[in-house]
Amino acid sequence: MNIFFATLRRDLKMAFRNPSSFLNPLMFFVISISLFPIAISPDAETLMNIAPGIIWVIAMLSVLLSLNSMFHYDYDNGVLEQIIISHHSLPIILLAKTIAHWILSGFPIILLSPLLGITLFLDSKSIYILMLTLCLATPCLSLIGSIGVSLLVSIKNSGMLLSLLILPLYIPILIFATSAVSQSQFNLPINGQLYFLGSILIFSLISAPFISAVALRISME
Amino acid sequence: MSKLTVKNLSCQRGYNLLFENLSFELNSGEVLKISGQNGSGKTSLLKIIAGLNTSELGSIIFSQSKSNSEKYQLETLYLGHYAALSSELNCIENLEYLTNLGTEIISPNFHAALKEVGLKNYENELAARLSAGQKRRVALSLLFISQSKLWLLDEPFTALDSNGIKIIENQIEKHCSKGGLCILTTHQDCNIKNLREISL
Repeated sequence: MNIFFATLRRDLKMAFRNPSSFLNPLMFFVISISLFPIAISPDAETLMNIAPGIIWVIAMLSVLLSLNSMFHYDYDNGVLEQIIISHHSLPIILLAKTIAHWILSGFPIILLSPLLGITLFLDSKSIYILMLTLCLATPCLSLIGSIGVSLLVSIKNSGMLLSLLILPLYIPILIFATSAVSQSQFNLPINGQLYFLGSILIFSLISAPFISAVALRISME
Repeated sequence: MSKLTVKNLSCQRGYNLLFENLSFELNSGEVLKISGQNGSGKTSLLKIIAGLNTSELGSIIFSQSKSNSEKYQLETLYLGHYAALSSELNCIENLEYLTNLGTEIISPNFHAALKEVGLKNYENELAARLSAGQKRRVALSLLFISQSKLWLLDEPFTALDSNGIKIIENQIEKHCSKGGLCILTTHQDCNIKNLREISL
């Protein structure tokens, strides 16, 4: 477990010393969402209806933007080689790196979402459900993303390929999360969607680090 | 007595067969220099022995443990082309993480190791501010910390000045005199005792 916390601490320390690496995707998240009322309509009812979709799509894209940096710096400077040949368990180290990525990308999105929900006229209950879906699903975005990043780490400028590979896997999360928030606006039950998001989270938490480890070994060949 | 046995190793990259049926043994106290032209497969061979790449055929055994086993990885220290330093971290933080990854030493003396490679007072310097030679020295200071028996050094003398080369050669000799083994690739002449050479 020592290596888990050492990796987590190192990745967070590195990110805070170079804050633009994680602030850029967050700025993208805030700026894009705040442009919608200007571009579409400042009308409360229109914005309220499209708010869950907007917030979720932009959240997903901003996580996708930040995915590339998950292993890339470590690949370029040779640390990833040392991680792979370490006697410690590779999935544990990768899980720590993925959690560090979530703390820097998904977690701030959860914290910012109530503010952006208010600007799009979401009521307090919908904001609560929005935060709940983000809490359940943003870790999945980082975990599933880590598989794609591991596969493509040795390819330069793989952003486009990464989107093609990862976005289809994000679609179920998008469907369940946005439908949970929309249905809660009409007081419909949302247990089903939350259970699905929860099960995706548990499944990806268990399997993603192992799949990433195999993918990383393949791409380092 | 530790012994590295490499048997019938073959390696292919794309359509190129880099080497085939490569076999050698290395006993404790010996240094092996791998020489060959650019692209002849020196780095590939070191990466295969380190467990980073897989070979098409063959086996590698060190002190009865197969490559990629936990014991084997703990016994090997691999330093590749890159210095494996993160530019946002200082020398001590970088070394802390690298020793955490590769060894089980409880409280290594990083200050002494950095002093040995001539980087006294550079402990808190960010890796981004170091020159190429200094980065290489920080990476090589792991040789003064590591307890691994088998050292795999890929071009360790790149970017080092003559004084730096001497320090590293002495450390390799010291390691081998204590029963360690070392495989290195370099295009330079080495003044190391018990040096054997194979050419790819």
